[in-house]
Amino acid sequence: MSDIGFVRTEMLPEREPPASTVGALGWARANLFSNWFNSILTLASLYAIYAILAAVLPWVFSPTWNGASLNNCREILTAAGSVGEHGTSGACWGVIRERWIQLLFGFYPSELYWRPILAFVLLAVALAPVLFSDSVPSKMLIFSGLYPFIFPWLLWGGTIWGPIAALAGFVLGWVVYSAVSKTMSSLIGIVLGAVAALAWWFVLSGYFVGALDSILPIGIEAVESRKFGGFMLSITIGVVAIACSLPLGIVLALGRQSDLMIVKYICVGFIEFIRGVPLITLLFVASTLLNIFMPPGTNFDIILRVLIMVTLFASAYMAEVIRGGLAALPKGQYEGADSLGLNYWQAQRLIIMPQALKISIPGIVSTFIGVFKDTTLVSIIGLLDPLGLSNAIRADANWNGVVWELYGFIALMFFVFCFGMSRYSMYLERKLHTGHR
Amino acid sequence: MTTLTDPPKEQFRLSMLLYDTRYRSATIQVIAMIGFMLLAAWLISNTAQNLAALGKPIDFGFFSEPASYDINQRLLDYSSRDTHLRAALIGLLNTLVVAVLGCITATVLGVIIGVLRLSNNWIVARLMTIYVEGFRNVPVLLWIVFIMAILIETLPAPKAFRGDNATASMMLGDSVAVTNRGVYIPEPLFSNSLGNIHVFGESGLRFDISLDLLAILVVLGAGLWVSSYLRKRADRIQEQTGDRPVTWWQRLAVVVLPTGLVLVLLGFHLGYPELKGFNFQGGTHLRNSLIALWLALSLYTAAFIAEIVRAGIMAISKGQTEAASALGLRSNKIMSLVILPQALRVIIPPLISNYLNLTKNSSLAIAVGYMDITGTLGGITMNQTGRELETILLLMLVYLTISLSISAVMNWYNESVKLKER
Amino acid sequence: MKKSVLLGALTVAGLAAGAAAAGTIDDVKARGKLNCGVTTGLVGFAAPDSNGEWKGFDVALCRAVAAAVLGDGNAVEFVPTTGKTRFTALASGEVDMLARNTTWTFSRDVDLKFEFVGVNYYDGQGFMVPKALGVSSAKELDGATVCIQTGTTTELNLADFFRANNISYEPVPIETNAEAQQQYLAGACDVYTTDASGLAATRATFEAPGDHVLLPEIISKEPLGPLVRHGDNEWADVVRWTLNALISAEEYGITSANIDEMTAGTNNPEINRILGTEGTLGEMLGLDNQWAMRAIKVGGNYGEVFAQNIGESTPIGLARGLNAQWTEGGLLYSPPFR
Repeated sequence: MSDIGFVRTEMLPEREPPASTVGALGWARANLFSNWFNSILTLASLYAIYAILAAVLPWVFSPTWNGASLNNCREILTAAGSVGEHGTSGACWGVIRERWIQLLFGFYPSELYWRPILAFVLLAVALAPVLFSDSVPSKMLIFSGLYPFIFPWLLWGGTIWGPIAALAGFVLGWVVYSAVSKTMSSLIGIVLGAVAALAWWFVLSGYFVGALDSILPIGIEAVESRKFGGFMLSITIGVVAIACSLPLGIVLALGRQSDLMIVKYICVGFIEFIRGVPLITLLFVASTLLNIFMPPGTNFDIILRVLIMVTLFASAYMAEVIRGGLAALPKGQYEGADSLGLNYWQAQRLIIMPQALKISIPGIVSTFIGVFKDTTLVSIIGLLDPLGLSNAIRADANWNGVVWELYGFIALMFFVFCFGMSRYSMYLERKLHTGHR
Repeated sequence: MTTLTDPPKEQFRLSMLLYDTRYRSATIQVIAMIGFMLLAAWLISNTAQNLAALGKPIDFGFFSEPASYDINQRLLDYSSRDTHLRAALIGLLNTLVVAVLGCITATVLGVIIGVLRLSNNWIVARLMTIYVEGFRNVPVLLWIVFIMAILIETLPAPKAFRGDNATASMMLGDSVAVTNRGVYIPEPLFSNSLGNIHVFGESGLRFDISLDLLAILVVLGAGLWVSSYLRKRADRIQEQTGDRPVTWWQRLAVVVLPTGLVLVLLGFHLGYPELKGFNFQGGTHLRNSLIALWLALSLYTAAFIAEIVRAGIMAISKGQTEAASALGLRSNKIMSLVILPQALRVIIPPLISNYLNLTKNSSLAIAVGYMDITGTLGGITMNQTGRELETILLLMLVYLTISLSISAVMNWYNESVKLKER
Repeated sequence: MKKSVLLGALTVAGLAAGAAAAGTIDDVKARGKLNCGVTTGLVGFAAPDSNGEWKGFDVALCRAVAAAVLGDGNAVEFVPTTGKTRFTALASGEVDMLARNTTWTFSRDVDLKFEFVGVNYYDGQGFMVPKALGVSSAKELDGATVCIQTGTTTELNLADFFRANNISYEPVPIETNAEAQQQYLAGACDVYTTDASGLAATRATFEAPGDHVLLPEIISKEPLGPLVRHGDNEWADVVRWTLNALISAEEYGITSANIDEMTAGTNNPEINRILGTEGTLGEMLGLDNQWAMRAIKVGGNYGEVFAQNIGESTPIGLARGLNAQWTEGGLLYSPPFR
């Protein structure tokens, strides 16, 4: 009984997996050609990519960076031999070289460019404690609170007493509120505090600023808002509108959720009205009607009027975002606050709002992206945002006829800004989600 | 004997308006109301004073004056002698046309792209991601201008169709011409036309109802009604006997035959576009501006809808798919019977707001010269008459009405598909 | 942020409210700057260069007025306005004057309550077609597709012209000149119509200008001129006579080169009165006697301004045509300085 059969005494060597399932080929098979439909899609996609790149790339790589005018560009292109059936083909990048600073800063005095740059860098610093609350010391929140007063001062310049007076109004309102609400009702406190602050801003602060400025003139060179243009204008409109619409939006969202019928209807009416009309009509209002609604003789400059209307526009959307945040809070939070004996405002301030706002941050960021993109509409009412400026640049006899280069540059800039922000908001969303689980 | 003591009667004191939560809400509301009315009164009095100073009292009289400008795309008859009101109406119809077309294509594209983004084909999924990010992160105004420019630069001009060595030719058996002035397609014509009914005489709101169209619709409707009756009858027979009679040819016949007969009687034929003089003549002309605006709005909104669809599909738990597979459904059935109906509930509310956005964004038509209501009422009319207050307020009112109607309809639909909870 | 912006708004509002009561001229002097409404960009007439400095034919008039009133041709704030916003900007006091190639029409003058102080460019609406089309008159344009710039009087003139000649056309309204140019070059429209100056300027920037012709028909009168608000005659006089001073200066041969020499005194009493060495014309306007001298010095006389910005030596290459002095067969005819 020696050889009953074959018994293997040693292992076979490991064999390579079939060539069609590993490596580039296997990957392609699994991901690109898994069935006939996918194969068709893949081939169609590849062709589309090829067609687009073949049309765009030769145009983009054009040796015209130093072109001094459109005709000069055409000469350069003719010399380089890129002449198509409709004349020369190729971009004229000279216009970007000459005008990119203008597209970024508009007519802002060039020696003061550091101010908007600093303002936007500080914006990131001020937002850090809000956005990265776990890695930044919360003391930084004080800076965030002061930032709304630093930002306009840096951009518009002027005496330092202006923002200080504005800040003093808040302090005054708060002092009056806490003094009155301790002795009398908190409702009277709110009313009186608001009245005191408004009285300060509208009546007294003018004298205060004038007096202090004549005694101690500290300030930086004032820049009129007419000098704002290009991306700086877009960003300024976006940032100011979002920052101002946040408090307004909170008030509107609370009003919409409130049990007080009249308050609720006023808020709902406002929100639905603003959301129901296109931004362009609101901008028409800013450019032609706002002065008619103000007391006779009032006249303030167009950028301020646009800021007001865009703020109102953004606040309606912001109210809906915050309402979403409020609705997402579990009911237990409200009940918990009630059971602790907190009154409405205390509950909002200590329990509800901090959580609701945190949930709303991605929504706020996407509202900001939306408003930022919508700022291009101001070109229709004659402001020189990037699109408006591109039009003005084409009115220069040197560059009349340049279209794609300017639009391409503007689109690219918008894409970089918006894509960055939307990525960030997605990251935040993920972070917030894990917090909830 | 027991004496009943009344509980201490609560007397109303003025301070209760502040401290008593029962009355405080009334106080707050009264204050809010007064504040609101004061604000409104202030705005109105300012406006009245300013208008008096400008010497331009509110007056809608300009509406009955001749507009004296031409509009290229008009769904109703219009000439430059017609009134500003008529011009506004033509503009409104143009707005509605592009909004409806845009909503439909945006939805179709958005669903396709949203599903393809979840595809297991690596390159397609990546391409769709690029598409979505590219369109979402660049302002729609730029897209509109871009697409218009692409249409103008890449499509052949009508002169390319002319002559012996024409560089472009018409498509589909010489029936469709794609040019950089727009697309010309055949138009339906009736040689034995029944004529039109004129409604509203010669006023600014007048319009015609085509009796031909009416006749076709009536016959088609009747056919469909009979067809559905046949289907119901088949259902009944199936319930009673278990056998379903074959009805498809009957149902097809009652729809197709009478309609075809009416078409023949009316002398239906197609009018083809022909190159005559400067332009193609005849046929229906879909103008460049319409196509560019329509495409741009649909492509832009489709990027948002794709994200909504993707999120909606991903919100359905994997268990649903697995359970459906366990029941033996095929993958396309799983999508259409299990996943999409559930995803729809998540998708619809944000979809509504995207429809609203698309409609509102159609006001950017001015960038490509599409004469929508912003271009006529809020554009040339405002410019020529100098009546800013009246035209802008009216323009806002029109958009508000459109928006509120869209939300009303969509909310009603949303209610009807909503999960009926206990 | 909101509040301080509001604060800024209110201070501005306060300033403006205080000023609106006084005349525009005092207003401008108090502010130290002239607010001048211009286009958002029109080749040759107004456009910012790469340093943000505004240049152009209309801009030069703003600078001349600023020099006359404030003594500094750079003391101007240029406010870009669109066809829609220009009139409200002027009516609301946001700008002191409009120099924005605006056509002087009855309804703008009377109904919209503005005062046109003169004409700085005589224009008319024309047509441009590709030579290859073989069209020699606008009346042959039956069925053509016409690109028009909206927001102006052009579309009205066009509708009237085609209606009067009983021919059909397909209007393609376009917001900006740049887009119109693009559509026209690509053949999306057969004809481009706008002011003849604009057509010439546009054609000059084409790769092959010779392939396009301007048709002989000029279908409208477009007297373009600066305008101010109704009811402030002192200010209207200042703008009107600054424009006239530029025109007269050309007529009498006062140029930016010889103005210093002439200010020393000449034998021509009219020149002396313009330059302020004789008489007190400036004081009558509420300015000093050197006002016209400064206005002319800042950019030269009308002819120099024309030549620098839109004349035949520039890429735009407009001929003087109607805008020549009356002595040379044009329409420029300044009332006497007396």
